[in-house]
Amino acid sequence: MLKYIGKRLGAMVITLWVIITLTFFLMHAIPGSPFNNERATSEAVQRNLEAFYHLDEPLYVQYFSYIQSVVTFDFGPSIKKPAQSVNDMLGRGFPVSFELGMVTLIVAVISGITLGVIAALRHNGFIDYLAMTVAVLGISIPNFVMATMLIQQLAVNLPIFPVATWSSPMHMVLPTLALATGPMAIIARLTRSSMLEVLTQDYIRTAKAKGLKPVTIVFRHALRNALLPVVTVLGTLAASILTGTFVIEKIFAIPGMGKYFVESINTRDYPVIMGTTVFYSSILIVMLFLVDIAYGILDPRIKLHKKEGN
Amino acid sequence: METQKHTNDTYTDIPDDWFSPKEKDERKAEAVVRPSLSYWQDAWKRLLKNKLAMSGLVFLVLLTIMSFVGPLISPHNGSEQMLANQNLAPSSEFWFGTDELGRDVFTRVWEGAQVSLFVGLAAALIDFAIGVAYGGIAGYKGGRTDNVMMRIVEVLYGLPYLLVVILISVVMGPGLFTIIFALSITGWVGMARIVRGQVLQVKNYEFVMASKTFGTKTGRIIRKNLLPNTMGPIIVQMTLTVPSAIFAEAFLSFLGLGIQPPLASWGSMANDALTSILTGDWWRLFFPALFISLTMFSFNVLGDGLQDALDPKLRR
Repeated sequence: MLKYIGKRLGAMVITLWVIITLTFFLMHAIPGSPFNNERATSEAVQRNLEAFYHLDEPLYVQYFSYIQSVVTFDFGPSIKKPAQSVNDMLGRGFPVSFELGMVTLIVAVISGITLGVIAALRHNGFIDYLAMTVAVLGISIPNFVMATMLIQQLAVNLPIFPVATWSSPMHMVLPTLALATGPMAIIARLTRSSMLEVLTQDYIRTAKAKGLKPVTIVFRHALRNALLPVVTVLGTLAASILTGTFVIEKIFAIPGMGKYFVESINTRDYPVIMGTTVFYSSILIVMLFLVDIAYGILDPRIKLHKKEGN
Repeated sequence: METQKHTNDTYTDIPDDWFSPKEKDERKAEAVVRPSLSYWQDAWKRLLKNKLAMSGLVFLVLLTIMSFVGPLISPHNGSEQMLANQNLAPSSEFWFGTDELGRDVFTRVWEGAQVSLFVGLAAALIDFAIGVAYGGIAGYKGGRTDNVMMRIVEVLYGLPYLLVVILISVVMGPGLFTIIFALSITGWVGMARIVRGQVLQVKNYEFVMASKTFGTKTGRIIRKNLLPNTMGPIIVQMTLTVPSAIFAEAFLSFLGLGIQPPLASWGSMANDALTSILTGDWWRLFFPALFISLTMFSFNVLGDGLQDALDPKLRR
């Protein structure tokens, strides 16, 4: 187990390093300096600006100092909003995005599993087809379409929920719904198929033969094992929810990290783009790592270490 | 006592002349009752039976035809701006209404279909080419080559897909070819993993060994023996790549990194139309959104159907 964790930890560090290197060199591959596009500045000002952002040093020096600052979680100042550092933006935006992401994940997991289990128990029945139609629709409708439809129906036509911003639980309903439909659909489909597979296993027949109550069979025997594949997709789902927040935060004007990221893309604010990319990637990679470890712990059939020994 | 013995004796008590030998007809017993079908014929037959998947396929064929025919039968030009006709609701003149610059939404939806489908298909084909070559070599060579190649894939697989795509689009500047390049730069990894897994399995089958014994060259073995037998999962993966590429393009266009005017894609049309929901010009968002969703739906159900149809284990 420890050996496996060590190996995955190594892979994680390498992936992170690839991302940092990739973002660094991609950002420097852009022709021109960030300062020569708007108003005319004198030669001296230009040089001072470049010196301030260390852009006058050789590339490899910049690269190593960037790595050094990233390791210490310092992403430097923003170019377009000089009064703010990237860390400030992350510090302000992250809690909001985290809240949105977490609530979405919880909603998606609970409703997806419920839908999948019900569909599996009524296999090939009307409810099964209904649930799976809902699920395929959930995968097919992009979240920005979902979000605008929800705003139009539940905020403009019927003013039940506020149209935008993020200040009370009522404000959270629409963004969460819009963001959760896709992941929910994926979980529902996965739960259904793995539940169907588990229900044909011998130990379920044994449990039935013992005369256990259907509720006990479903929850204690079937669901526990059916949920293992669901755990494996949690990492990818987290990634899709995270990228989904860019869109949802833009539509609902939620002051989260995604909003800063989209803004920085539009204004080509390179330090902010780099900082947020690296930050997002580290979250995702750590998430994937945790999911892998959790999976190994949850499923006793998976031998994380090859060695069987005494 | 009597009843216990009874069971043994009952059957021997039956007189022999009650039995008569059945006429032997060896030809009938040996005859193949089921018509012999190749793998592809069988898969196609099973796909035909899947109504949902077939309706997806029919929709996609119609969509492809309409994306070329639509602009021709429309009386308007998709990029022509008629400022007198801003934000008109659907009518007999403008079938899907007009947008804020007075452009005909009907024509633009079909032109957008061309762009969106092109992005999806191009991404899927590039993923296919790179993924099959990479995964095929890794799986076939095995050993150290496989180990090194798969380590690289593992690192690439860990990179968050859309973030890399965004980053590349920022650097290269938005546009049609940037999108396709950005989508395929990490997109082939999934395909490579699938192909490698399949090749690892198939290369140990006897017919491959037989082929090797005849002295067939490696390239020919990969092309003639290994790839045809891994085609099923590859095709399924491709049908699922297309919608995710279309989705990613819509997402990028939504962030302003996608298709640039005068070209339009469904994603960029939906993004332009976002403000329209508050003014009530629903048609501007409705039609592109409807076609994105229907296309995604069709590709998803078709992919599911193909997955079942191409799985030999589900053959009845």
